[in-house]
Amino acid sequence: MSQPIEFTLNGRATSVDAPAHRLLLDLLRDEIGVTGTKEGCGTGDCGACTVYLNGKPVNSCLVLTGELAGADVVTIEGLKEGDAYHPIQAAFIEDGGAQCGYCTPGMLMMAKSFLEENPDPTDDEIRFALSGNLCRCTGYVKIVEAVQDAAAELRRRAAEGRNNG
Amino acid sequence: MKRTEPLEFHQPTSLAEATRIMLDGGPGGHFLAGGTDLVIAMKEKGLVPRYVVDLKRIPSLSGIREEDDGGITIGALTTLREVEISPLIVGRYPFLAQSAAEVGSIQIRNRATIGGNMANATPSADVAPALLALDAKAKLAGSGGERTMDLKDFFRGPGQTVAEPGEVLTELHIPPRAPRLVGEYIKFSPRDMMDLAYIGVAVTLVLAEADRRCESVAIALGAVSPTPMRAPGAEAVLQGQVLTEELAEESGRKASEECSPISDVRSSAGYRRAMVRVNTKRALLNAAAGGGPVPWTSRRDRRHA
Ligand SMILES: Cc1cc2nc3c(=O)[nH]c(=O)nc-3n(C[C@H](O)[C@H](O)[C@H](O)COP(=O)(O)OP(=O)(O)OC[C@H]3O[C@@H](n4cnc5c(N)ncnc54)[C@H](O)[C@@H]3O)c2cc1C
Ligand code: FES
Ligand code: FES
Repeated sequence: MSQPIEFTLNGRATSVDAPAHRLLLDLLRDEIGVTGTKEGCGTGDCGACTVYLNGKPVNSCLVLTGELAGADVVTIEGLKEGDAYHPIQAAFIEDGGAQCGYCTPGMLMMAKSFLEENPDPTDDEIRFALSGNLCRCTGYVKIVEAVQDAAAELRRRAAEGRNNG
Repeated sequence: MKRTEPLEFHQPTSLAEATRIMLDGGPGGHFLAGGTDLVIAMKEKGLVPRYVVDLKRIPSLSGIREEDDGGITIGALTTLREVEISPLIVGRYPFLAQSAAEVGSIQIRNRATIGGNMANATPSADVAPALLALDAKAKLAGSGGERTMDLKDFFRGPGQTVAEPGEVLTELHIPPRAPRLVGEYIKFSPRDMMDLAYIGVAVTLVLAEADRRCESVAIALGAVSPTPMRAPGAEAVLQGQVLTEELAEESGRKASEECSPISDVRSSAGYRRAMVRVNTKRALLNAAAGGGPVPWTSRRDRRHA
């Protein structure tokens, strides 16, 4: 019952032959071979599988391929800005926001989208936004620090942009 | 983790088409909204739909709008994240926005819909008590046309609603309310986030300007009966009275007697009753203390006040 499904993946038009019941997470990892997105729980609880679907962070372990026609999907592979790390990636590296790294792709996806909505958050707001991203290495303090540092860098860039523009 | 089984996937673009696919298709078909309950049922509970009818491409089903009479209509496919951040809802019924924000994570709420939260008919559905306390109505559409009912009559039992085969929940409607209406939702759960409610209590009050008597009072409970419920006995304790701590306590006691919780892995029936008693009291006192719209995160800190 496979049929070609056309959607955009990390900015590129993509067509895959996949059955409708396939989970987006498996479609990405097993059929397309884009493996940055991780599976932790498979039940929407851990956030390791977070991708953007039509601009919004969602759990790809709960999305069926059948609904993807025409959709815009962005994974962790789409986060870099050319060859450079996105500030949120750079901050996680700098601050030790990743330990084993398994939760990190999901954390980064969620944090980036959150900072777009709230460029100057409190620690509590960061914790609230990341409450659907579980880290088994329990490095939350450094994760929150990394998000704050990325936020500061993004604000600095925005200010610079305004001054130059 | 178990994977989902093959199925037929339909994406109708109109309500009539959605109903027709379901009626022609016969048993084994399920509507799909955000999938945060349905896909979990497929992965964890052995549900194997023969076919799925995705409602997300029907444009008329989502969005929040104010009616001319001051009522608010929320399309069934509106996501809980949209409800949580809607300026209209946050401004007028912050406890309703909060109840939406209590569900899962942002990732979940970007998918989960308000209609799915009702149609799945889980006794602990977080958004149900606030809607019940606002006297919300549910609108359904199917082959026999449209019908509207009190939301409390939409639920039939755990996982069961009165929707007929092919019938879609299209809207939730909050009737116009007194401008002075205040409310509170308390989700009492073991963890602050990403957890289901032991119990939930929503209250709304309209206090007379002159003497602060309760002109209207509504108390709704979640996770303590086969369906989300109103607690008319607890409401009667306060109707026409000035709210005092003693009366709030009395109302909470009444609510704990009116509900019919079960014991399960989450909590015992006795504990649930006790938590209904104290949290109904807290919700009433918090609501009366008012304080206008505040961010839901700080509202939530008032739980244990
Ligand atoms: C990790 C996680 C955490 C969660 N936490 C909470 C929580 O804290 N509180 C809470 O209340 N819930 C919670 N949930 C449950 C779930 O997210 C909500 O119940 C959600 O609102 C369901 O909406 P949906 O759009 O995803 O429904 P779906 O899964 O798409 O559908 C649910 C059911 O309703 C039917 N249906 C959906 N829409 C309609 C319609 N318009 N007309 C007729 N039938 C329809 C479907 O056929 C299906 O049977 C959680 C779920 C997950 C995975
Ligand atoms: S794998 Fe999707 S939320 Fe855990
Ligand atoms: S860094 Fe190991 S799970 Fe988070």
